[in-house]
Amino acid sequence: MKGNVIKYARDNIDTDVIIPGQYLKVHDYAELATHAMEGLDPDFHSKVKEGDFILSGRNFGCGSSREHAPIALSHSGIKAVLALSFARIFYRNAVDGAFLLPIEIDQDAYSDISEGDQIDIDIKANQINNLTKNKTYKMKPFSEIIGKIIEAGGLFKYKPD
Amino acid sequence: MNITEKILARASGRQRVSPDDVIFANVDKVMVHDVSGPGVIKVFDKLKKQGINVDKLWDPTKVWVAEDHFVPSADKVSAENIVKLSNFTKNYGIEKHFKYGMGQYGICHTLSHEEAMVLPGEVYVGGDSHTNTTGALGSFACGLGHTDVAYVLLNGKIWFKVPQTLYFKLNGKLPDHVMAKDFILKIIGDISTEGGAYKTMQFGGSGINEMSVESRLTMCNMTTEAGAKNGIVEPDQKVVDYLTSRGAKNISLVNGDADAEYEKIYEYEGSEMEPLVAKPFSPENIAIVREAPSVELDKSYIGSCTGAKYEDLEAAAKVLKGRKVKIRTEILPASISIYKRAMENGLLKIFLDAGVTVGPPTCGACCGAHMGVLAKDEICISTTNRNFPGRMGHVDSQTYLSSPLVAAASAVTGKITDPRDLK
Repeated sequence: MKGNVIKYARDNIDTDVIIPGQYLKVHDYAELATHAMEGLDPDFHSKVKEGDFILSGRNFGCGSSREHAPIALSHSGIKAVLALSFARIFYRNAVDGAFLLPIEIDQDAYSDISEGDQIDIDIKANQINNLTKNKTYKMKPFSEIIGKIIEAGGLFKYKPD
Repeated sequence: MNITEKILARASGRQRVSPDDVIFANVDKVMVHDVSGPGVIKVFDKLKKQGINVDKLWDPTKVWVAEDHFVPSADKVSAENIVKLSNFTKNYGIEKHFKYGMGQYGICHTLSHEEAMVLPGEVYVGGDSHTNTTGALGSFACGLGHTDVAYVLLNGKIWFKVPQTLYFKLNGKLPDHVMAKDFILKIIGDISTEGGAYKTMQFGGSGINEMSVESRLTMCNMTTEAGAKNGIVEPDQKVVDYLTSRGAKNISLVNGDADAEYEKIYEYEGSEMEPLVAKPFSPENIAIVREAPSVELDKSYIGSCTGAKYEDLEAAAKVLKGRKVKIRTEILPASISIYKRAMENGLLKIFLDAGVTVGPPTCGACCGAHMGVLAKDEICISTTNRNFPGRMGHVDSQTYLSSPLVAAASAVTGKITDPRDLK
């Protein structure tokens, strides 16, 4: 999975900036996408392209349980968020709803990958290849259940053993 | 096993569970509101297109519905959402729907305890992050997104990884000027907004035993701000009495074993606690009120599932009695039952005499949606739970989180004020 990186070099990007509370009444996915990241980066909607990735620090998606957050990002074209760590409901929503891949990275990848870098995420090898910088980083493997739900294409398609 | 493990073991049909086990837990109660309900309806529409049968819920008697985020309807879109929600409950035969303008209604988490919707030992999930609140009744209470709630509504179960448990022990009572809100802010300041991530935060010790059920609800409510999967207090006779007085029957308590294990134990001395605020822009950004910045406040807000229960209003009334507010102050009881009690006991008169505007129960301003949002550069002190950028309005507004005592004292002076320092 190849794409270009939009980097927010900070921790605790919360759901209030990913999709502000005033839009919680909106359930039109395309409309939600136009307000994605509005609380932090008003230019996000104009610069994001289909297949892009977001790269950020610790505790990405903290705050509310609003599924609007992964929906707004996914319908903006974001295929994966790479972060040092994730808040639990955002992580669950991203996986169970099959909106995007939440990928846990280490400090090395976080510091080294820059805005605009083209990267290739290889889930099978748990590896991230930076095609711009010609470097490779490890990603944290998904736990067993998360891997299975992702492979199935979301919770509703997953058949428990 | 500790209490959370025992509840999850029972709910998954196992003798025993340990942290990191992945289980499917049978759910006892599920809640949706006017944001997550329409979200679930959207998921159902998607499933229908994929050929998945969504004609029937697993058990409509275990589902209850609240109208709280966008009531009174903020605009045409939110009005439509309420209509959608009403059609949903009608079509699926859900009887417990607390409607705005029809008797008891209020913030979903407040109704969970005011209406005894959830009992000790139950697995309760809701389409809202502050579902954690209800763990104060001794239940496993956890917030989920729309897809997960839709899955529960159709299948009656959901997957969980059994969490590690952090145990917070409070030795001795909190002083009179310190509230549960101060104590949970202290904890979040100590462990950070990520410190409880994926974990259980359990509260115990003599100070918690002394606490009212409502104070324990405040503690569990803000475990969400530390990232926790659930907050919980072992239930006692106070919980039984509280729920029985609200019509609950057949209450059976689940408690942890004597040899229960915890990942880490934190100890606090009640007598050492101080009134605190969380400064912008994070609930972990803690300062002692007497050392807080001397900012000119524009507004004091006493509302939400966190800070507008009956005892929260009582605390505010104690401060506001015979005084006048110096800044815009709004008090919104969290449910109609609380509103009514506040009226019967003279609290509303105290508020109105002080110059406060009293509003109907709603989540509106807490999440920056409607009913009193903040303008650019405005500064608010609030009994709510989050203060991220833009949380209560304009992205350049600021919110200080505090207890109702501090929010009321600050309303009187227009500055962040320790209630002990009021003349």
